[in-house]
Amino acid sequence: MTRAVSIDVTRPAAPALPVEKLRADFPILDARVHGRPLVYLDNAATTQKPRIVIDTVRRYYEEINANIHRGIHALSELATQEYEQAREKVRRFLNARSTREIIFTRGTTESINLVASSFGGSRLKHGDEILISGMEHHSNIVPWQLIAEQTGAVLKVVPIDDRGELIMEEFHRLLSSRTTIVAVAHVSNALGTVNPVEEIIRAAHAAGAVVLLDGAQAAAHMPVDVQALNCDFYAFSGHKLYAPTGIGVLYGREALLEAMPPYQGGGDMIKAVSFEKTIYNDLPYKFEAGTPNIAGTIGLGAAIDYVQAVGLPAMGAHELELLAHATARALAVPGLRIIGTARNKASVLSFVLDGIHPHDIGTILDHEGVAIRTGHHCAMPVMTRYGLPATARASFAFYNTRAEVDALIAAIETVREVFRQ
Amino acid sequence: MMDLNDLYREVIVDHNRSPRNFRRIDGATHTADGYNPLCGDRLTLSMKLEDGVIRDVAFEGSGCAISTASASLMTESLKGRTVAEAETLFDKFHRLLTAGGDENDPALGKLAVLAGVRQYPARIKCAILCWHAARAALHGDKSATTE
Repeated sequence: MTRAVSIDVTRPAAPALPVEKLRADFPILDARVHGRPLVYLDNAATTQKPRIVIDTVRRYYEEINANIHRGIHALSELATQEYEQAREKVRRFLNARSTREIIFTRGTTESINLVASSFGGSRLKHGDEILISGMEHHSNIVPWQLIAEQTGAVLKVVPIDDRGELIMEEFHRLLSSRTTIVAVAHVSNALGTVNPVEEIIRAAHAAGAVVLLDGAQAAAHMPVDVQALNCDFYAFSGHKLYAPTGIGVLYGREALLEAMPPYQGGGDMIKAVSFEKTIYNDLPYKFEAGTPNIAGTIGLGAAIDYVQAVGLPAMGAHELELLAHATARALAVPGLRIIGTARNKASVLSFVLDGIHPHDIGTILDHEGVAIRTGHHCAMPVMTRYGLPATARASFAFYNTRAEVDALIAAIETVREVFRQ
Repeated sequence: MMDLNDLYREVIVDHNRSPRNFRRIDGATHTADGYNPLCGDRLTLSMKLEDGVIRDVAFEGSGCAISTASASLMTESLKGRTVAEAETLFDKFHRLLTAGGDENDPALGKLAVLAGVRQYPARIKCAILCWHAARAALHGDKSATTE
């Protein structure tokens, strides 16, 4: 694997972020860990929450709390209004045509399971093919394996090269009239690779397949326009976008969602129930059985307002600068190898140190106040591809600074001292 | 505040770099695999018993410094012991890491250098994995996990 790496920082120009001022919006960033200032570089796992999101959730419980879509009392009306306003905010955030295309889920994982189970379960026949990639998170592998087992469909995998880029010749070779669905990460969580999703979507549509994008690692780092992308499904999690945990989104093309059977049965997803027959509710409620995560949904709305006020292009540009700085400094550390050197990357620096296990790196960095993720990143096939048990992964958000990147590098030097390398 | 040197003591760094008994025993009478699904640490433990005494014990695998050093130190301390003594040592070591066992207990010998691990709850499984594998091998089980 080559040590050479180039990071594309030629994204559209955006005004510089007032990072120090914005950091004050995040109460937890003042925390100290083991007596040292917290340097939070585990944003690909989950992001921290701005005060406005925390306050919105608290205000919901203190002033509004009621169940939605059923009460005629004032609070229920208000809760319903705020819940549906959040749906409109998500619609605008993704530039979907209609709020009927925005389904609230628990997160990316549930969104993908919904599509695998409902779309896959009703469409896939014996011998049909599901095409995923070699860099997928387990949540974009296992749901497809489950439905393949039930339907007799076949799971095919597009391999990745040493840089961690999809081998597009292989993608085009594997894509055929048997391909029913293509499900790929917009951005890889383990490698940071930004995939050429426009090309994937064009080719998949030409072959008659639908496309699901796993946007868990993309939605907080770059503007997503589902109409411009022309994707069929887009999944993301609120908690990686500065919103609470337990709330996520599935965008689905309306015609596809209309034709799909419900995912779960229960309250809210029905119009009328008798023991002979149930009439399902209209979109999007058909896919929202049971009392949803109302506070989380309204919190997601607040997070989207926050992100749009700061400006995603400026946030993404700042993150790419941090990534370029971190990459340059990491390459100067003897024995450090970057895993994932795609030409188009977003905010993830995965690495290993010769002779030092990533978990020892993680413990020592934690001791220095630097929070990173170590392990297989729920992407075991990626680890297998590189012949590694695990990597250490630093992942950046817009509130991180160059000084924090320097603290990461200093902590890596401490690791080398502890191991006398 | 915790001191890194309590965890990564000289002995641990040394045993990680040059693990003792890092091999597979030909004609082993007992073997078991240990796997920590959280970390991906894997090791294969092999032993040769004669008349209830551990004549030889060795391991192979890959893991973090704590798991490698712990396995290396374990092989040194188990050699020549009876099965009953090995069980007693397992209990003492387990208590050392999880229940405030006394690191000055002379029975622990060099194993006491791992006492610092108890301040790092996420790493206790790393240190204990090899012992679970050893016990599985002695009990005739093929594998042990830390889950």
